[in-house]
Amino acid sequence: MSEERTPLWEVFIRARQGLAHRHVGSVHAADATLALQAARDVYTRRGEGLSIWVVPSAAITASDPADRDELFEPTASKIYRHPTFYDIPDDVGHM
Amino acid sequence: MYTQGLVSIEGAGGAEEERFQARVDAEERIEPNDRMPEAYRRTLLRQISQHAHSEIVGMLPEGNWITRAPSLKRKAALLAKVQDEGGHGLYLYAAAETLGSSREEMVDALLEGRAKYSSIFNYPTRTWADIGAIGWLVDGAAIMNQIPLCRCSYGPYARAMIRICREESFHQRQGYEIMLTLCRGTEAQKAMAQDALDRWWWPCLMMFGPPDGESQHSDASARWKIKRFSNDGLRQKFIDATVPQAHYLGLAVPDPELRFDEASGHWHSGPIDWEEFRRVLAGGGVCNRDRLEARRRAHEEGAWVREAALAYAARQRRVAA
Amino acid sequence: MSATIPVAETPLVRFLLGRADDALILGHRLSEWTGHAPILEEELALANIGLDLIGQARALYAFAAEAEGAGHDEDDYAYLRDEGQFRNLLIAERPRGDFADTMVRQALYAIYAEMFWQAASQSTQRELAGFAAKAAKEMAYHVRHAGTWVVRLGDGTAESHARAQAALDRIAPYLDEMFDAEDPSLAGIVPDVPALRPGWDGAVRALLEEAKLSLPDVPFPQRGGRAGRHGETLGHLLATFQHLHRSHPGATW
Repeated sequence: MSEERTPLWEVFIRARQGLAHRHVGSVHAADATLALQAARDVYTRRGEGLSIWVVPSAAITASDPADRDELFEPTASKIYRHPTFYDIPDDVGHM
Repeated sequence: MYTQGLVSIEGAGGAEEERFQARVDAEERIEPNDRMPEAYRRTLLRQISQHAHSEIVGMLPEGNWITRAPSLKRKAALLAKVQDEGGHGLYLYAAAETLGSSREEMVDALLEGRAKYSSIFNYPTRTWADIGAIGWLVDGAAIMNQIPLCRCSYGPYARAMIRICREESFHQRQGYEIMLTLCRGTEAQKAMAQDALDRWWWPCLMMFGPPDGESQHSDASARWKIKRFSNDGLRQKFIDATVPQAHYLGLAVPDPELRFDEASGHWHSGPIDWEEFRRVLAGGGVCNRDRLEARRRAHEEGAWVREAALAYAARQRRVAA
Repeated sequence: MSATIPVAETPLVRFLLGRADDALILGHRLSEWTGHAPILEEELALANIGLDLIGQARALYAFAAEAEGAGHDEDDYAYLRDEGQFRNLLIAERPRGDFADTMVRQALYAIYAEMFWQAASQSTQRELAGFAAKAAKEMAYHVRHAGTWVVRLGDGTAESHARAQAALDRIAPYLDEMFDAEDPSLAGIVPDVPALRPGWDGAVRALLEEAKLSLPDVPFPQRGGRAGRHGETLGHLLATFQHLHRSHPGATW
């Protein structure tokens, strides 16, 4: 019974102008045109979007969770990148 | 959703399992490529795919009345509701796919009778009132089961459930409004509503699963924060919420032992016929055979469409290359 | 059983009922797919299209009710008219068939309906013009969706091509009726329907060319839907659609 698999696409939707596209889910479709239409029919039934991107799931390169420490932990010590690191007297006012 | 190289931590020793459990205990969400115990992955895959199958099979009993809905308003609402169920099945298949199965594999498992779906959909929808009863009771019970799943430890499942719960908020109201209209209508309509409640009440209580002591998967699921409340606890919550709604409709709940227990503040209900539950689960419901047949037919009759789309896409790729 | 209602059909009422019936009957045909579509994503798409059409029908029945002024509502028109009072085009009532029948019919009708509602958005009747502008947008998506599928079926596999061509052959006799003129007294309110034909021909030719399909010669075009002369399938559709409503006279749902 096993048949050829229909590719998976990730769906990104811009909810309104001024916002970035956000990942909302995925659809199966044989090609990009069908994927875009499926995304419209599945993910914008309640006025959720004004713009859609579909991306073949296979095209996504993801970081490995096992690399989390080496990729993301070193930034934790770079506290000088945050505004609260610097002492400015209250008298100066908002900065 | 993407999945690459699922990493199982089975056999990696107790320490890693402990670390996994600590993350779950800390309410950290587990995401697709994270290392996870194989049993956790299998449990989730089984539960999410069963949930997806239930949504898809669940389109059939209500679909049975779309062509006969008694007003255009009801027809549109029912079509939109059943469409939502298809969408929910789709979100759930996608969540399950992040665990390393394909939709095709899951669908095959359903069609070959290897996968389960909610037994409630093996009952027939005999009258229009069944559409009201399903929305009110079946969706009501489903929502009670599903709201805790929005906080499930597995991220993709939790996110799918959030979307589903948000969309489903109209389903139960739609059903209750149908019941209310029938109960305020003619004698025949009211009788139809009572008959539907009589037939759906007990199967709905069974939807929460076997009594806590007999449930197979409960312990591990609770530990992994896949399941956050016990079957009996959710069932009681449903009864407490639903009995007053039935009374508001002027309908009698078909349970001679039903009484409000002042001391506990809960409705006490009579024993559930678990023999019926097991029989329907095993294939003895009125519609088990028809439901699977309908799904198989749709799948088989649709094969040429899927093949055509893939063949066209392959040719376009070759032309572009 | 609820009795059939008499409708006082002025040309305007008749026109509105015709367009409403097109949308209702076609929407009903699409709703027959629920739970049985070949692809899960298409379940949702077919329901969206069906819901658009049922919505159009409801709006048009409301216009008809106002024009008739007899106190009828959308459900009276939908549920309490007999087959001979239905004014839909024959193309709308043809059976659901397979996915090729559904998509080919949908594309040919939607191309027509988009043009029709686009033209009707210039109607001298403001409410109708407003509705038409909205309906034209809905139909534009139906054209896109069904057209996408017609191309993939026509130019997919040998089987899908054969099915799509067979679907086209089956529906071809029902196309001419779409272009029959409306009552001349409605000029200005209703677009010049025959004038839509060249544009439709061009769009359909382009689509079928891309889909590697060809319109057959039609020696005997079928018409009569607008006059209430239907084929054998509408009666069955209405028997299903109306039976519950009619079984409870005067009931509210």
